Amino acid sequence: MSEAVSHFESLLREALAPVEPPEGLVERLEDTLMSLTEMAADELEGWELTAMRDPRNWARPVAAVVVGGAAGTALVLLRARRRAQASPRTVSGARESAERAIRDLGRETRRLLGER
Amino acid sequence: MADKANQKPKALLDAEFSDLYRAHVRDVYSYAYYRVGDHHDAEDLTEQTFLQAYRHFERAQRESEGRPLRPWLIRIAHNLAANLYRDRARKPATPIDEITTLVALHTTEQLVEGRDELSRVLEGVRQLPDDRREALIMRFALGMDNREIARALGRSDGATKVLIHRAIKQLEERVGHGGEGPTETDAQRTNSGAGSRSAAR
Repeated sequence: MSEAVSHFESLLREALAPVEPPEGLVERLEDTLMSLTEMAADELEGWELTAMRDPRNWARPVAAVVVGGAAGTALVLLRARRRAQASPRTVSGARESAERAIRDLGRETRRLLGER
Repeated sequence: MADKANQKPKALLDAEFSDLYRAHVRDVYSYAYYRVGDHHDAEDLTEQTFLQAYRHFERAQRESEGRPLRPWLIRIAHNLAANLYRDRARKPATPIDEITTLVALHTTEQLVEGRDELSRVLEGVRQLPDDRREALIMRFALGMDNREIARALGRSDGATKVLIHRAIKQLEERVGHGGEGPTETDAQRTNSGAGSRSAAR
């Protein structure tokens, strides 16, 4: 009886195999999350322009730059790791992934610094 | 003011959200796919789930007190799926996509040996009452344990255990395992299940 049950449960497990999300969805979702971070940065920027005249507010934008930069970095890393997972696990593949991650980080950092 | 001081830096929250997303995007998509029955709606549901999760992530982290957030994510997907059906006032548009598409996700060996059996199981899952179907998706597609499923469905651990047990039993009878059609008991259960389903909607 318990064998039959476990056979049926393993059948269920096979029938309901996890489904990989389409690549397009993953990319779109990551882009959306990136733009959410950027949107927050833009809002901050608007706030900075009006608040910078008051020295009591100076500490906040500085913290925002650090926080915003690191947030962008976190999401860039997310994308870089996904690419690394998608490519074959070879030494050259790993090196390429690392180079790509560094390029992404550089680009993102330039973008964030340029925007501010 | 004190609340603000206790808030995590946004960078840390974003990094933690990235981890959550990476760890569970497949879970959410699998749940959505088996729940709504087609890829297009499953993509929309997955996207909406993570956007909503992003908005409420900080509070969820605070309230979870260190417990895993997967049940919370799946609960968001569950609620969104319910809204989707309420808005459209319909059951899944297609019978869990085309069964052939789903079966194509499995290995060649399974295709040869168990295509019919898997199709029957999937069709049986589709016909279960919503709560039983969801519990089975969470258990077998996502590998969630009773406690996680209980949190996702907002039930007690005991009630969840019973729910899963009954769902498996009903499905096993329905699929017939020996190739027979539905039993009388099964038909009665199905009717009562269908009744409660349409009443719930």
